[in-house]
Amino acid sequence: MNSFLTRYSSTTPEADIRKAKELYGEDDDVSEMIWGSAGGFGNLAKGVPTFKVPAVPDPTSFLRMHTDDHADPSCRIKIKHGTTTLAFRYQGGVIVAVDSRATAGSYVASGTVKKVIEINPYLLGTMAGGAADCQYWETYLGMQCRLHELRNRERISVAAASKYLSNLVYSYKGMGLSMGTMICGWDKTGPAIFYVDSDGTRLRGDLFSVGSGSTFAYGVLDQGYRWDLTDEEAQELGRRSIYAAGHRDAFSGNTVNLYHVKQDGWQFIGNYDISELHYNGPGNVPGAPGGGYGYDVRVAGRSSANAPEDQ
Amino acid sequence: MSIMEYNGGSVIAMVGKECVAIASDLRLGNQALGISSNFQKIFPMTDRIYLGLPGLATDVTTLRDTFRYRLNMYKIKEEREIEPETFAHLVSSTLYERRFGPWFIEPVMAGLEKTPSGAYKPFIAATDLIGCINFAKDFVVAGTASSKLFGVAEGLWEPDLEPEDLFETCAQTLLNAVDRDAYSGWGAEVYLITKDKVIKRTLKGRMD
Repeated sequence: MNSFLTRYSSTTPEADIRKAKELYGEDDDVSEMIWGSAGGFGNLAKGVPTFKVPAVPDPTSFLRMHTDDHADPSCRIKIKHGTTTLAFRYQGGVIVAVDSRATAGSYVASGTVKKVIEINPYLLGTMAGGAADCQYWETYLGMQCRLHELRNRERISVAAASKYLSNLVYSYKGMGLSMGTMICGWDKTGPAIFYVDSDGTRLRGDLFSVGSGSTFAYGVLDQGYRWDLTDEEAQELGRRSIYAAGHRDAFSGNTVNLYHVKQDGWQFIGNYDISELHYNGPGNVPGAPGGGYGYDVRVAGRSSANAPEDQ
Repeated sequence: MSIMEYNGGSVIAMVGKECVAIASDLRLGNQALGISSNFQKIFPMTDRIYLGLPGLATDVTTLRDTFRYRLNMYKIKEEREIEPETFAHLVSSTLYERRFGPWFIEPVMAGLEKTPSGAYKPFIAATDLIGCINFAKDFVVAGTASSKLFGVAEGLWEPDLEPEDLFETCAQTLLNAVDRDAYSGWGAEVYLITKDKVIKRTLKGRMD
């Protein structure tokens, strides 16, 4: 990873070779790996990922010019943004809940995104920020975790896995990676959550929420969080928190995906439509009070100021 | 940040057989934050002209009052109700008055026009924020979901729809378009205007 900067520098001998290759069209380094069984990770053949960079003097600012929608909202390439994700630790393990909306500008590009990345049966990663960055690097993290298992005859700890990821994204600092993720799992120290982002921040904690809707999720989460929650209460709290964010935040919504990490690995609890939660609630689910989550649904008909709907 | 997308919201109007429909969402937002799911954007101007005002919410309220005032003055001076085409020109000139500091609204109007023979002819129109009129024969759209509304409407609309079919087409077009727009949604309402009555229906929509 230390050799990475040299690949992007425009003044080293390596850069000259790179430019020469581009000029003469020699494409030896695009091997048949990309057609093989490397599953899209063909560029790992050398052991370290390598990426083609734009043939301009300053690739980093070139990329930023065309993708940074903070500096220029009308830029050509809009990277998908907007999310709500949360994870919290409690007596019974870890609850991970996320929404499923992907937006590009104001366009809802997808309502069925899987924002929980199943790294291995004991580790989950959440996705906020650049969808491709999270997906690629957390899958890559899964490969490294497997290698760790094979080398050390022992599962990787959550601390070590998250540190591997944070060191990795730090080596790309300033190059436009965008990710805010929570690495959640159960190792021999018990349940653990680490917040890792593309700035290089890595934090251990009991309760995190990440994304444009995180403030709304925190509101519900803080109000209902206790260490000694039951499994049913904890799952309901995660579901209800993502609902709150999906309802209020324009860039979050569509569905909730709920996971529960226990001693013997993670378990997928369910997928819940946020509009369905608003009007009717999650259905016959343990921990749910019954009825819709929506404020106007809950208070309808309770006072003359809020009369029941006619028809 | 575009001021046209500050509060969000969208409107569509469609022509049918001896009827018109106009529909809007009910969201009022402060950028990404949803504030209200009960913000009306369509207002009756006469018994059979309805005006939709998507855009900046403060201007929605101001323009609604401006048009009420100007229509009252028109009625007093002319001693008759305004006709839809005349109203479209009133909207246009009201907006062009602010050519160099515009109202941030793109109005959509729908109504029934009285022909010399005494029959009623469907009328729809829309303008941009400084009053360029678009007299369309099929449908008009405006607001943050306008590009999505165009796509769905091109697919669903057909000529000479009966009132109930027009209602369904208009409602489904709006509901499905706003689900692809982050700044529109949170419920919807549809006005179906026929020669002998106007039906208003409030629709349940996705609340995310």
